[in-house]
Amino acid sequence: MDYTILILALPALSFLVLALAGMKMSHRVAGMLGTLSLGIVAVLSYMTAFSYFTAERTSEGVYPTLEPWNFEWLPFTSSLHIDMGILLDPISVMMLVVISTVSLMVHIYSFGYMKGEVGFQRYYAFLSLFTFSMLGLVVATNIFQMYVFWELVGVSSYLLIGFYYTKPEAIAASKKAFIVTRFADLGFLIGILIYGYYMNTFTFTPTEEQLMHAGMVLPWALGLMFVGGAGKSAMFPLHIWLPDAMEGPTPVSALIHAATMVVAGVYLVARMFPLFIGFAPNALHMVAYVGAFTAFYAAAVACAQSDIKRVLAFSTISQIGFMMVALGVCTAADPHEGGLGYMAGMFHLFTHAMFKALLFLGAGCIIHAVHSNEMETMGGLRKYMPITHITFLIACLAIAGIPPFSGFFSKDEILTACFQFSPVIGWVMTIIAGMTAFYMFRLYYGIFWGKENKELHEHHTPHESPLSMTFPLMFLALITLVAGFIPFGHYVSSNGHAYDIHLDWSVAGTSIVVAVIAIALATWMYAREKQPVAEMLAKRFSTLHRAAYRRFYMDEIWMFVTKRIIFRCISTPLAWFDRHVVDQFMNFMAWSTNAAGESAQPIQNGRIQSYTQWFLGGIVVLTIILLIF
Amino acid sequence: MNILSLFVLIPLLMLLGLWIARNLNQVRGVMVAGSTLLLILSAYLTVSYIGLRNAGATDEMLFTDSISWYAPLHICYSVGVDGISVVMLLLSAIIVFTGTFASWKLQPLTKEYFLWFTLLSTGVFGFFISTDLFTMFMFYEVALIPMYLLIGVWGSGRKEYAAMKLTLMLMGGSAFLLIGILGIYYGAGAETMNVLEIANKYIPTEIQRIFFPAVFLGFGVLGALFPFHTWSPDGHASAPTAVSMLHAGVLMKLGGYGCFRVAMYLMPTGAAIWGDLFLILTTISVVYGAFSAVVQTDLKYINAYSSVSHCGLVLFALLMMTRVSATGAILQMLSHGLMTALFFALIGMIYGRTHTRDIRQLSGLMKIMPFLAVGYVIAGLANLGLPGLSGFIAEMTVFVGSFQHTDSFHRICTIIATTSIVITAVYILRVVGKILYGTCKNPEHLKLTDATWDERFAVICLIVAVAGLGLAPYWVSNVISSSVEPIISQLSF
Repeated sequence: MDYTILILALPALSFLVLALAGMKMSHRVAGMLGTLSLGIVAVLSYMTAFSYFTAERTSEGVYPTLEPWNFEWLPFTSSLHIDMGILLDPISVMMLVVISTVSLMVHIYSFGYMKGEVGFQRYYAFLSLFTFSMLGLVVATNIFQMYVFWELVGVSSYLLIGFYYTKPEAIAASKKAFIVTRFADLGFLIGILIYGYYMNTFTFTPTEEQLMHAGMVLPWALGLMFVGGAGKSAMFPLHIWLPDAMEGPTPVSALIHAATMVVAGVYLVARMFPLFIGFAPNALHMVAYVGAFTAFYAAAVACAQSDIKRVLAFSTISQIGFMMVALGVCTAADPHEGGLGYMAGMFHLFTHAMFKALLFLGAGCIIHAVHSNEMETMGGLRKYMPITHITFLIACLAIAGIPPFSGFFSKDEILTACFQFSPVIGWVMTIIAGMTAFYMFRLYYGIFWGKENKELHEHHTPHESPLSMTFPLMFLALITLVAGFIPFGHYVSSNGHAYDIHLDWSVAGTSIVVAVIAIALATWMYAREKQPVAEMLAKRFSTLHRAAYRRFYMDEIWMFVTKRIIFRCISTPLAWFDRHVVDQFMNFMAWSTNAAGESAQPIQNGRIQSYTQWFLGGIVVLTIILLIF
Repeated sequence: MNILSLFVLIPLLMLLGLWIARNLNQVRGVMVAGSTLLLILSAYLTVSYIGLRNAGATDEMLFTDSISWYAPLHICYSVGVDGISVVMLLLSAIIVFTGTFASWKLQPLTKEYFLWFTLLSTGVFGFFISTDLFTMFMFYEVALIPMYLLIGVWGSGRKEYAAMKLTLMLMGGSAFLLIGILGIYYGAGAETMNVLEIANKYIPTEIQRIFFPAVFLGFGVLGALFPFHTWSPDGHASAPTAVSMLHAGVLMKLGGYGCFRVAMYLMPTGAAIWGDLFLILTTISVVYGAFSAVVQTDLKYINAYSSVSHCGLVLFALLMMTRVSATGAILQMLSHGLMTALFFALIGMIYGRTHTRDIRQLSGLMKIMPFLAVGYVIAGLANLGLPGLSGFIAEMTVFVGSFQHTDSFHRICTIIATTSIVITAVYILRVVGKILYGTCKNPEHLKLTDATWDERFAVICLIVAVAGLGLAPYWVSNVISSSVEPIISQLSF
């Protein structure tokens, strides 16, 4: 599997070429270059997946963990060193497929979406950089390599959110995204330091002896690493950067802030899963509670947003919450004995990446057509944009959990795992799934049904997007249609053994019923031209509605912390202290030296008489002293 | 003739050449020829050093030589290099080389400016090759004094005040240093001034207790140790571009190098006694510098405080006294030298066009001078520790190394120091967002032009160095870590 190095090398190379020579190329050439290299990467990823999953399992019945590449990059001590390499195991191979597929679709889509934009080459350069970093993250052979690429995806996300760098909102959003995730990464870094210190290794698979040595500290290390994961995966209360990140170009939102980078935290937990399950089950359950709360919070907020990208952003946060819950409710490594959540979480990661990318790309087509993100400018678009409409509907049905679309299967597994853990969590998650169906169909009806915006359409009739944009929609919709039937448990499961997915109809039935009711409710409230019920509810519960619309004031709290506390209460006084105390002390030293000199000066007045006086006085004093002693 | 002496000889010949030079072109010719020669020489030295090590040379210092200079006090001109000095020489050569290009169009008194500039470099190179305490001290002074004139004459803003403050504070430091050196000399039996020989001698604990803080403070002032760092913001802000580059890039490294090579190496017991106190001061430096940088409005002040934070990390890592952390400290010196030089070069170029460094008056420069702006973003990313650029490997080596310390007080200090990575991101992104992004609000600025060829050349050289170190750290790290070993083994009891 030596060719896997190309999966990393090609995007890196295309980034370098585009960054150095991009400005000299035409848009077409630059875009083709990026897309072509990504196309090859996608093919290589599929080849890797095919040959990996069709290869023999080991005698223990699991797929072997391969390391076709690994070299020492930065040595610390003989046992601690940062290696760079490629690790192939079921989840990393799955991630390769997800990332390269979505990234390729986004590359193609951007041809149409970004057409004629200033900085088109820069855009493709950053896309390549991001894809390289994300691929490097998932194939990391050790926790430090993961951290290295973790930082790189953070920076590519920063660059892409701030792509429209003349827009003040985009600048603020990119800054916020970077700093919030950086803050979370501090937890990750400290977690790694503790891990490295007690285990004396950075690998994912420490030996028995090293584990014994770490003992009670391991849950802390893993918990701190999860803080980093929570930052990237937008878990409450570190989620605040994600909705703002929607200031970036929409295809970027689809790639980074829906399908790939934001699930890095889930991937991190999955990567450390054997350690979590073996040595820190309580930390794992914390993950579940954080995930469940985030899923609920974000779903509630999503019901009240009016910007379609914001709705999708909160929906992403909520769905990532589902994945975290799935991982967190695991109690054992065996999928039959409480380890089902692992498979379910990974399965949902896979299906969600496809349909959420689809939703975002669809939203991009809509925004492209009406030149606005606000739902009220839309309405009745189904006549004008049939392909977008149908594919968007497919994705909505998938995320709502209606069979036979892919989301149904993965979500059902999550709910089954939750019910196995505790009925409370199970019911809570079922209700959140119902909320998901509700807000997604609120969005769907708001865009494609309801009242047409005649005023806007007079100037400019919305039209379907070009093929470069609709092709990715259709492709992803196709995957969404069939992905549910993939025997996912055969490839990925908590202990590596093949696991047959079987639907638990009591759970599946309930969730379908809840979803259908929620959709019916949304239809009743939002499908018509006038929406009296929705307006009445918004009025009746205006405080709640406003709070949800303002995202429960989390952003205000963030502003308070940064502006008031860090800027005004720490930095400003410190800077003042530095200038007026520390520095003034130095100036005081200089001044006192001067003053001493000044005061000694009158003695040297040049008059012989006064010198003689001093001279004689001195002699008298010395004589007296000598006489006394 | 010893190859190391060339490092002093070439700048001296350059001084001669500059003195003879009749016009601007000749001055530039001498500078380019000389600095290129120094760069080649240091590259050659690096390669041959690694070659000798690989061939099995086990001496602590290679290329050693010694000529007696003043026998009654055992003062010798002794030279020798290990991995640490080799990379420091390489760093200095890169900065001098790029600094030449960064001050290509400097006016007025170009010839005199380069004379002092070259004299300063002589001191820097001489310091890094010396192994004799007195010679080292002498070169140290040679490096400090030209700074006064360079800032006082060619500076900007409150230049006289800044020049005076910087010189007096650093001279105050060197007074301590001289006392410390004499203390070491007599404490070790007044038989030799050679660092390598003194290291094998016994210095009584009482002597170490008194003289360790003198030497550490003396060098620490130059290494921006809190609370003796206040010369740095004023000094940097007033200094001309290339002088800021050389000062932050190399001169501040003299401090860290001296603390390690003289104070800690020769007085390990003193280091053990005073280590915790200084560790607290350096931890404060790291966090305090970063927080102070957040609210500054002058680009150079931001960088000066950022240097306080980053140089604080150098001393911090040295005081952790593990092999990995000390390696990290040297890497951090190297990395900080390169990226700060890059930063100051870019700030100088921006200032040269806009005539302001106030971030409230700058905006939207990305559209107007894309090359400089992109360079600035790269420098910023290196500063906040983006993997693939030099800052990351240095910081990570420091943090991993410091966290290897078995004492939990040291590990807590490490955790406090790691918070600087977040605050660094805050002040870097604040500046980048304010001055580069957005739309340009000052119509005057719309007419400005992007970098000229000499500026581009300087910037590209530095970016290549920053990225090179960041992408392939393996050999540098190895060279340094093997040379750190003997010093650290002195420190562990």
